[in-house]
Amino acid sequence: MAVKDYLRERFLPHMWCPGCGHGEVLGGLVRAIENLGLSKNEIVMVSGIGCSSRISGYVDFHTLHTIHGRALAFATGVKISRPELKLIVPMGDGDALAIGGNHFIHAARRNLDMTAIVMNNRIYGMTGGQFSPLSGENISATTAPYRTIDRGFDVVELAKAAGATFVARSTTYHVQQMTETIQKAITHKGFSVVEVLTQCPTYFGRKNKIGGAADMITWFKDNTTPIGSKAKQENAALIERGIFVQIAAPEYCEEYQKVVERATKGRK
Amino acid sequence: MGNTIKFVQGNEACVEAALYAGLDFFAGYPITPSTEIAELLAYRLPQIGGKFIQMEDEIASLCAIIGASLTGRKVMTATSGPGFSLMQEALGYAVMTEIPCVIANVQRGGPSTGIPTHVSQGDINQARWGTHGDHAIIALTASNHQDVFAMTVEAFNLAETYRTPVILLFDEVVGHMREKLVLPAAGEIPLVDRLRTSVKEGVDYHPYLPREDGRLPMSDFGGVHRYNVTGLVHDMWGFPSTDPQTVHGLLRHLVDKLENRANEIARYREYHLEDAEIVMISYGSSARSALHVVENRRQRGERMGLLELQTLWPFPSEMVRQKCAHAKSVVVVEMNMGQIMQSVKLAVAHPERVFLANRIDSNFITPSDIMNILRIIQGKGV
Ligand SMILES: Cc1ncc(C[n+]2csc(CCOP(=O)(O)OP(=O)(O)O)c2C)c(N)n1
Ligand code: SF4
Repeated sequence: MAVKDYLRERFLPHMWCPGCGHGEVLGGLVRAIENLGLSKNEIVMVSGIGCSSRISGYVDFHTLHTIHGRALAFATGVKISRPELKLIVPMGDGDALAIGGNHFIHAARRNLDMTAIVMNNRIYGMTGGQFSPLSGENISATTAPYRTIDRGFDVVELAKAAGATFVARSTTYHVQQMTETIQKAITHKGFSVVEVLTQCPTYFGRKNKIGGAADMITWFKDNTTPIGSKAKQENAALIERGIFVQIAAPEYCEEYQKVVERATKGRK
Repeated sequence: MGNTIKFVQGNEACVEAALYAGLDFFAGYPITPSTEIAELLAYRLPQIGGKFIQMEDEIASLCAIIGASLTGRKVMTATSGPGFSLMQEALGYAVMTEIPCVIANVQRGGPSTGIPTHVSQGDINQARWGTHGDHAIIALTASNHQDVFAMTVEAFNLAETYRTPVILLFDEVVGHMREKLVLPAAGEIPLVDRLRTSVKEGVDYHPYLPREDGRLPMSDFGGVHRYNVTGLVHDMWGFPSTDPQTVHGLLRHLVDKLENRANEIARYREYHLEDAEIVMISYGSSARSALHVVENRRQRGERMGLLELQTLWPFPSEMVRQKCAHAKSVVVVEMNMGQIMQSVKLAVAHPERVFLANRIDSNFITPSDIMNILRIIQGKGV
């Protein structure tokens, strides 16, 4: 199938601003699914609210566009009900880790077989440029006119600590790597998290005087490096890319079957 | 073979009924006085291959069952005041997306953490208007365990029929009290399964295009029809829309599908209403005391009757107006500050003849409480 066969042409053009990174994530995601040769009927995409979450409207899967921050909770219900379905959950940084932070850590803890993609633009795009828990310090935002003092989360560290069994990071500059990473995440049995650094030129770029989309993507190129690279050893400020965690652990739906077996033992 | 008879708590009657109705997915978070529902289902559901999950909070619980319902399961969650407050946004989502689900709220005293272990009926209007925006909702209640069973089965049937969340507004007394329950045999109470689309694979399926009768046939997630579900105002494809005609059409549909059928959805019991000059209206555990008073006064020859509401929302205004048409006074008995009384006043021809007999100190309203209030209403002094 060609990439366009995975899209709902009826609902295009999309609503994203010119230069928005969310479209690149959509591209990478669809190519990953194409490479895996998955059937459209076996994929359920669940998203919350935000510019990023609109991604679910454009793909021709079973799509559930829910409420802000709760996508993983809805996805949990779908997955436990129908373990054979492939669950993909794209989320904005605010969606995933501010309002949705609790569901994020608990989904990771359970190790449900699903893929969470955190589309991290370090800002609330949809509501017009307020800071997020991933903005980090010294960032300008409409709710931080004197710059942020809030420390940011590190998605990778948080996901690891919460028990995710696949944790990776990529960027919209490294499209090839992003696609491959998402592919591996989808194939992974268990809760997989892929953080994709993506650009919001409209708010983050403008507010922080980084420039347009091209400048922001270049920033990803210049400020990230493969995990454990020599460059990282020389410059600790660089952000690492790649797969941080990939381990086998009991998956929730499979474990649930054991509960059913224990409950039915000795019964007809 | 006779029916099985059990001696159970109301919460257990609710569980028996949910399983009878075909419940096979439950997600919840513990809270008094509803916890027994989750505990019993954690035990029972795996035995029949059903799914039980304890979520991280009540928001997640409701979200999870909505997701599971979309895949074709009959779903439920159970909670109490604070948890019900947390559920309000997701409740609106289920209303907007028309996804069947059942939410049991075993009421305790509020507001806030309130009185966890004591009775109240303070969430009646929250069930109606707790989630934002114009909408309609179904809420049912019961005063005894046989009716808890019947109304729980009804809740599933109505949820599947009208594609709507249905709220079971039980209260602490009914939830925790023990009494006899006769389990109906399989097939004794009819069960409703959701309408599923007959549209074949490869043919356009419009998930949000109501049929002439207002109903929307569903297609299970994971099946042959792939479509979009969103809490945004949406068109017949389930795709976001801001077209004023679409907005208007959707809101009217969501409200009309229930409000226009208030008579059909009305479930109630009546006692001695034929010639009643004093009509008591009550529901839930309060109705037990009200019934006691009515039976007692009837023996003394007083023309008193009881209308016990089981459907609280959509409020059965027409039925209530008819039943109260010849009443000299209407006495609403409830354990709150008059939440159903307000709706009764709006429904009847003579709102000035409507009185409230209530108790709000977290104690159960007794027959003598009601009798004392009646003496005042009747001008007999305390
Ligand atoms: C309960 C609730 N609170 C607030 C909002 C408003 N809101 C919509 S999207 C959003 C944040 C979007 O930011 P992010 O998740 O980072 O995604 P982006 O738009 O940047 O892709 C907020 C606060 C909402 N829809 N629901
Ligand atoms: S506001 Fe930012 S995140 Fe939203 S579409 Fe525009 S560029 Fe993308």
